[in-house]
Amino acid sequence: MADMFQFDLVSPERKLASGQARAVQIPGADGDLTAMPDHAPTITTLRPGVLVVEGASGEERFVVTGGFAEISPEATTVLAERAYPAAGEEARAALQAILEDVRAKANAASGADKDAFDKTADDLAKAIEGL
Amino acid sequence: MPSLKDLKNRIASVKSTRKITKAMQMVAAAKLRRAQEAAEAARPYADKMADVVNGLAASVAGSDMAPKLLAGTGSDKTHLLVVMTAERGLCGGFNSSIVKLARIHANKLVAEGKTVKILTVGKKGREQLKRDLGAHLVAHVDLSEVKRVGYENAADVANKVFDMFDADEFDVATIFFNRFESVISQVPTATQVIPAVIPEGADANTLYDYEPSEEAILADLLPRAVTTQIFTALLENGASEQGARMSAMDNATRNAGDMIDRLTTEYNRSRQASITKELIEIISGAEAL
Repeated sequence: MADMFQFDLVSPERKLASGQARAVQIPGADGDLTAMPDHAPTITTLRPGVLVVEGASGEERFVVTGGFAEISPEATTVLAERAYPAAGEEARAALQAILEDVRAKANAASGADKDAFDKTADDLAKAIEGL
Repeated sequence: MPSLKDLKNRIASVKSTRKITKAMQMVAAAKLRRAQEAAEAARPYADKMADVVNGLAASVAGSDMAPKLLAGTGSDKTHLLVVMTAERGLCGGFNSSIVKLARIHANKLVAEGKTVKILTVGKKGREQLKRDLGAHLVAHVDLSEVKRVGYENAADVANKVFDMFDADEFDVATIFFNRFESVISQVPTATQVIPAVIPEGADANTLYDYEPSEEAILADLLPRAVTTQIFTALLENGASEQGARMSAMDNATRNAGDMIDRLTTEYNRSRQASITKELIEIISGAEAL
């Protein structure tokens, strides 16, 4: 089918998901982006967040903690440092740990840095609620 | 000439040794399969990572913006050797072959007037290197509690390396491990990880849009790439260790079998000799009457 493309989600230890997808929503470092068929070739780093895969058999959600994604017109590969299915306890724990880390950094920082950390923390808190 | 009882005891002892080596061989075979699967499962990530980093590195190399992990510190006076060995012995020449390679490398660098620092992963390598290169050992990572090598273990090693690099404690880092070729062949390998080596013929990946910038992505990816390289090395090492142990134990089992055969022949022979001797004594006693 022309409106599908190959999607792979790999972590250093194993392949977590592989198959055809209609669209993949990626938490990029500079903001969310959605990869669709015939997307311009892009490489982006990830921020901790939720990855949404619209596959043939419905929507799948994963929590990723960082890494990068390579998007080409025919395929998208996400290389995540750590990734968990969003429904599991591990996913929530991983995000929570990062959130606390960011909050600690926000408290230590000041000025523009603090705003940036605060914003990241808010985003993360929202992501955790949305799980 | 050992007595019959001694021979019997020796046969029993060799038999129990054979049982142990046989069991170790089977355990190693099972672990080898798992280790190979783990190495296999890690390959897609490592390959992709290498692809992207090489593409990026080729396009950024030479620019002033190149991160230190790629460009190096500008000198090559101090070398860090990361020597990865097993936590246990009884695996043939596995540990010795890595240590031998590392030792040759270290001695060569010392002869060239460079400073050598050694970080050991695994107890066995440390023990062997302590004898003649003890003064160069700077750090050690203990994996004896680790049942299955995970990415976190590689990250532990990598973080130690990065901490030292950030503190300007070395210029060039090389990892030593055994590459798994087959059950009977493991190849001791040295790979330079810092500064990153761009393979010949790597094309700048101009096809892609980079978000944020090429340099920012590279700065983020290089540490991960090094960690991945260490992780791959650890996995290869794990598979090699089990492979080496399996063939070593296979040999030991076969040797024990040969030994049992030999001892049994000797036992039967001396039993026969003593029977014959007794018979002669009885007959000559009867004749004397």
